[in-house]
Amino acid sequence: MDFSFAQFLHELWIARVPLLQGVGITIASAALAIVAGTVLGVFVGLALTYGAAPLRLAVRGYTDFIRGTPVLVLVLASYYILGTAGIQLGPLQAGVLALAVFCSSHVGEIVRGALQAIHKGQIEAAKAIGLTFSQTFVSVLMPQAIRQILPTWVNTAAEMVKASTLLSIIGVGDLLLASQEVISRTFMNMPFYLFAGFLYFAINFGIERFGRFVERKTHIPS
Amino acid sequence: MTTNPILEIRNLHKRYGDVEVLKGVDCSMQRGDVVCVIGSSGSGKTTMLRCINMLEEFSDGSIRIDGEDIGYELRDGRRQRKSEKEVARQRALTGMAFQQFNLFPHMSAAENVMLGLVKVKKMTRDQARAVAEKWLDRVGLLSRRDHYPGQLSGGQQQRVAIARAIAMSPRLMLFDEVTSALDPELVNEVLVVIQDLAREGMTMLLVTHEMRFAFEVSTRVIFMNQGRIGEEGDPKEMFLRPKSERLAEFLKNSSFH
Repeated sequence: MDFSFAQFLHELWIARVPLLQGVGITIASAALAIVAGTVLGVFVGLALTYGAAPLRLAVRGYTDFIRGTPVLVLVLASYYILGTAGIQLGPLQAGVLALAVFCSSHVGEIVRGALQAIHKGQIEAAKAIGLTFSQTFVSVLMPQAIRQILPTWVNTAAEMVKASTLLSIIGVGDLLLASQEVISRTFMNMPFYLFAGFLYFAINFGIERFGRFVERKTHIPS
Repeated sequence: MTTNPILEIRNLHKRYGDVEVLKGVDCSMQRGDVVCVIGSSGSGKTTMLRCINMLEEFSDGSIRIDGEDIGYELRDGRRQRKSEKEVARQRALTGMAFQQFNLFPHMSAAENVMLGLVKVKKMTRDQARAVAEKWLDRVGLLSRRDHYPGQLSGGQQQRVAIARAIAMSPRLMLFDEVTSALDPELVNEVLVVIQDLAREGMTMLLVTHEMRFAFEVSTRVIFMNQGRIGEEGDPKEMFLRPKSERLAEFLKNSSFH
């Protein structure tokens, strides 16, 4: 079918509220998942690097299991399986939980890699001036790890935005689902999918620019 | 003149699995002593130094600083490690400079010195900055206070590292081969700083390969051999008239002529 650009703009204007809501839900669910997943992921990384053997093994099992599972399966599992287990979550809650868990296993691995790359002399120097481990972590390890993590973390964040499209399957009204609803009403497949794609690109481009900005701000002169 | 020793090591043992690195070391230091530990690599000198601030756990024996047992205590007749918090406090009794400097790369020279002052000594940032600048001045690097480690030469980095340790006013300074990683032309600026500290009465224990320096700066020299103290005494006696065959051989092969 052939539509004019004016028609597209007209339909876009009619659908502006649901589409904007979709963008909002996409950003909110991805952002929540990234924040929660990052916080959890830092603990996962710490456990993988410094944990006692039993803890390390348990967390290793967790990350390997999660990373080996498709995000879609995680999303469905957290919506349907948790439901049958008596934990009734709404689609948005279940979806964000699944994304956060997925994010935590990736961030955990990134954090582990960064912490292990820090020379052990750094910890020894911190110990030698009398710092406790938590002080060492906050002042010495984390600031160095963050700088190293940043580029990979930005990638993970962008992945989470893309993965959030899977929430549409359990009925979360994200940008993808909102676009599909507009399409089913207007039959304007191409322009609205392109438009949705453009919006996803814009969100991820923003994340990437933000990452670059932080990288510049935290650059260590040498 | 024997008062209470600042450092007292008794029967220190350290094992890695089946390998015994320290086989019963006894040693004591008085305030103001400058003791150099020499010996071939693998003799246990660095390990001994690292036991004093618990960077290495030790298997048996005791280390006391100002009469305080370091790292372990007897509880119900059993030897138990002290809590992590207590060990951290005890580590601040000593200061340490490392072979690889180990400055924090994400902090300027001044911030490196300030970290312990703020976190451990609980100074305000202004107080800590004043102390840091005083010590950076003493090692001749006040003008470099805002430089990052990556912007400093090896010798400068080591001097900042020494300032970072000394600023914490430790009762005993430990130097672990602090010139071994430096280009030859940068060694001297670091040795001069240590010599100044010695002159001011800082109590210091140094592991070093700089025989000429050990000869000149130390009040006593310890020669370690295969996990034990092979010989110890006055530097002139030791270097010029070594008693043991081992020490004589070691000196012959080292840079001291």
